[in-house]
Amino acid sequence: MSRGESATPLGVVRGLGSAHHGGEHWLTERVTSLALLFLGTWFIASLLLLPKLDQRTLIEWLHAPSGAIPMALLVVIGFRHALDGMKVVIDDYVHEEGSRFALNLLMLFLAVGGGAIALFALARIAFGAVA
Amino acid sequence: MAVSILHRVTGVALSFAGLAILTWWLFAMSSGAEAYDSFKGLATSPVGLVVLIGITWSFFQHLLSGIRHLVMDTGAAFELGINKTFAILTIIGSIALTAALWFYLLGAAK
Repeated sequence: MSRGESATPLGVVRGLGSAHHGGEHWLTERVTSLALLFLGTWFIASLLLLPKLDQRTLIEWLHAPSGAIPMALLVVIGFRHALDGMKVVIDDYVHEEGSRFALNLLMLFLAVGGGAIALFALARIAFGAVA
Repeated sequence: MAVSILHRVTGVALSFAGLAILTWWLFAMSSGAEAYDSFKGLATSPVGLVVLIGITWSFFQHLLSGIRHLVMDTGAAFELGINKTFAILTIIGSIALTAALWFYLLGAAK
């Protein structure tokens, strides 16, 4: 719907329907995708540029702020983008309201739980002693 | 159409298998030499390599078709010819990038 089709003058100005919101999810998915385009490129480039791919080299890489900070962003934004994407898939294919709610809730728990495990592991590497 | 479905399928694969492997990799790395060796053993087994190469291809396919969707969000590239060429290029690109990366990784591992 174009902005001009809104029923009220304020709606025309803000471009929003009666719910006053709803575009955030769509927009967040695009913004996180752009961030992941950079972070994903960083991740692949880092693996290619590391002299070796043994545990010691990897820990040194993620112990340094230049490795730990982008990796933390990759984990957080990656899980967020996965959660937003799974919501689109679930909302499209699961039509029964109860199942849809339950599945979306399960995805939220999985994403937050998985993100916490990954961040804990990263913190242990970043703040621990280099082996 | 096919590439649009691929975008969803690879997205679901990355959400589950991709993020699970990333998390497992980080956790194993942070848990000492023994834990990392058992991860490495599984990851470099024939089945592990097939899964990792599949996830790598999913990553590049999702990334390239994601760029295609961002371009189409701006209202561009809806003409049939351009649209189809763009779709085919995402598949050629993802296979080429996956092959190049694993050719390098398997070479570096020797």
